[in-house]
Amino acid sequence: MNWSTSFKAAAMASAISLCVTAGSAHAEKLGYPEKEELRFGFIKLTDMAPLAIAYENRYFEDEGLYVSVEAQANWKVLLDGVIDGQLDGAHMLAGQPLAATMGYGTKANIVTPFSMDLNGNAITVSNDVWAQMKSNLPMNADGKPEHPIKADALKPVVDKFKAEGKQFKMGMVFPVSTHNYELRYWLAAGNIHPGYYAPHKGDTSGQLQADALLSVTPPPQMPATLEAGTINGYCVGEPWNQQAVFKGIGVPVITDYEIWKNNPEKVFGMTEEFIEKNPNTAVRVTRALIRAAMWLDENNNANRAKAVKILSQPQYVGADYDVIANSMIGTFEYEKGDKRQVPDFNVFFRYNATYPYYSDAIWYLTQMRRWGQIAEDKPDDWYKDLAKKVYRTDIYTKAAKSLIADGLAKAEDFPDFASETGFKPVQTEFIDGVSYDGSKPNAYIDSFKIGLKTGDKL
Amino acid sequence: MENTAATPQATAGATVNRAVIAPVPSDRDIDLGQLFTVTLKPFIAPLVGIAIFLMLWSFAAKNIETSLGAFPGPAAVAEQFGNLYDEHVVAGEKEAAFYQRQEERNAERVAADPGYEPRIRDYTGKETFLDQIFTSLLTVMSGFMLAAIIAIPLGIAIGLNKTLSAAVNPVIQIFKPVSPLAWLPLVTMVVSAVYVTSDPMFAKSFVTSVITVTLCCLWPMMINTALGVATIDKDLVNVSRVLRLPPLKHVQKIVLPAAVPLIFTGMRMSLSIAWMVLIAAEMLAQNPGLGKFVWDEFQNGSSSSLARIMAAVIVIGLIGFMLDRIMLTLQRYVSWDKNTAAS
Repeated sequence: MNWSTSFKAAAMASAISLCVTAGSAHAEKLGYPEKEELRFGFIKLTDMAPLAIAYENRYFEDEGLYVSVEAQANWKVLLDGVIDGQLDGAHMLAGQPLAATMGYGTKANIVTPFSMDLNGNAITVSNDVWAQMKSNLPMNADGKPEHPIKADALKPVVDKFKAEGKQFKMGMVFPVSTHNYELRYWLAAGNIHPGYYAPHKGDTSGQLQADALLSVTPPPQMPATLEAGTINGYCVGEPWNQQAVFKGIGVPVITDYEIWKNNPEKVFGMTEEFIEKNPNTAVRVTRALIRAAMWLDENNNANRAKAVKILSQPQYVGADYDVIANSMIGTFEYEKGDKRQVPDFNVFFRYNATYPYYSDAIWYLTQMRRWGQIAEDKPDDWYKDLAKKVYRTDIYTKAAKSLIADGLAKAEDFPDFASETGFKPVQTEFIDGVSYDGSKPNAYIDSFKIGLKTGDKL
Repeated sequence: MENTAATPQATAGATVNRAVIAPVPSDRDIDLGQLFTVTLKPFIAPLVGIAIFLMLWSFAAKNIETSLGAFPGPAAVAEQFGNLYDEHVVAGEKEAAFYQRQEERNAERVAADPGYEPRIRDYTGKETFLDQIFTSLLTVMSGFMLAAIIAIPLGIAIGLNKTLSAAVNPVIQIFKPVSPLAWLPLVTMVVSAVYVTSDPMFAKSFVTSVITVTLCCLWPMMINTALGVATIDKDLVNVSRVLRLPPLKHVQKIVLPAAVPLIFTGMRMSLSIAWMVLIAAEMLAQNPGLGKFVWDEFQNGSSSSLARIMAAVIVIGLIGFMLDRIMLTLQRYVSWDKNTAAS
């Protein structure tokens, strides 16, 4: 075991040095980038790490790209920046390219050749809500709450709010964000209705028939908004859950890893127009990002401490080292002092994390349908066609193959490109026990207790 | 010939005279005391004021506990000034290394691909605090100049013509109190719709900030210019009539000189508004200046964020003060009416 990992490391190191010296050997095959100066946007979250690492480790420069990486105020600003060309690409919510291509919100053809990470989010509630939830929780031998904590424990609290005529409010980061769907999934699994969208009636608040009212707050402002009492809880990426623990203003109750094991998270989005105009650039960007993701997961997260140091710089995530380190090095602190091992809390490369699976795209689409963002039934093929249009496995495959040819990566670290269909096998590790088969989206939508089903229209 | 020769002698004589008179109060102690009162006294009160402020600040800071730790006192802020400067130096070194790597890479590529025309790309790293100060100054000056170019001619026209003044007045009165935050979304959308070029000379965020600043600092300049023009001494206007000056000459020779004190009063008010508006505009438009610095640090929420924001607050204050002093000096310099230039 030890021997094999160190052998791997040595192989990787020699491979990298090989490339550096051989530099231009692969260039004839791939071609030089059409556009060398690029601006990429990101939101201050730890899962932007592949961008920061590709910049700091000069993987972009190795591809002949001069990239500047800029923090954006919120997801809407970021998306508009990519659409109107101020940004050439960005760290995006998986739902953003899908929704934009579909025309939910701003219509634009945005595609992604690279999935940035798995997991990495959590749901945090205020101290007050936690105190009320805690009495409903089964405790383990150490006197600590048994995990995963289900929303069943929250249900009485929400009912109490309702009985007192108060609204139970929670924050999420964007209407088509992973966080929105994860939070809804968790709440609905505990019989708390998170509300429907009805875009055909002009209602995009997502609060129809809701027990818990969800609204948008930009990630870095989540802790401040919770502290101000505007919301009673939120679902967000790191470091903003750990920040709540450090500030002592809230308690993370569940990570998304426990809601759906190894769920796909952010993607790297670019416009279809950009990719068509600059095909070599797109492949080269993907190569740099794959190398960054490999570095982040190399040797069992050996580089994570270095990565945290980079991310804690003000121009990237900028939160304190300790806050970021908490989740990035494989632990997660729930209630203060209740630190547990979650080695796969942030996965950047393992388990084919970077490959843009069609089935991942379809999962997001099924949730959009479940909550009414897609107002009407669509045939299974519609889901598959949209996923194939947006998730560009062709670019990823090209980038990965050229990295393998250059000796920068090994074929066994990637899916078998010859046989890969883009659909993961049936996944069963959801908190509510419902299994997901990406090839049958409509059947999946019908399998939920709460949510719109075939034939339903608000 | 004789005159020029005599002058140095006369000056020398005067110096001698003064030198003779000076030691008359004689005693050295009194002389020092006088020196003290004359040169240092004006500084005593302000220095004491600053010292008391720093004491109060550090006392209050210790007692304000935020979720990011204690509120930064003067020492923490001073430390952050040091850090910000160090970061600037480090960034400078990184930049130099970046250009060197780029030259090597360009040379390699030219060797492999002779058709390639190497170009030096701008440094891709993050701008430092000092760069951001510079960006802010550039943005505010651009917005202010643009406003001056619009407001002063318009103000003159309004001041000269009572009907025009009556027509424009309601518009001015309505737009004058509008906050930059209200303009910003409109400006942002218009700029991204109208300002479309493949190789833009300015970033959109810069243009948005500049226009917002312009919209907000237009009004004091326009109103004061109009007022200055409208209240010219009747005698001066009559002189112009008697001389039958053509309209442009009338503006140039009579109106402008007469209105200059008030125009500059308006400009000074506008500049201080421009500086205040700029910070808000940069925060929202993400123009890489001091406003963005404050916003980014707020978003970072690290334990040093508050101290860094406080450092920015002090810099913003100092620059605002400096800009005001510069305008005041200019105002005094061009103004014949020393009353309006007071304070």
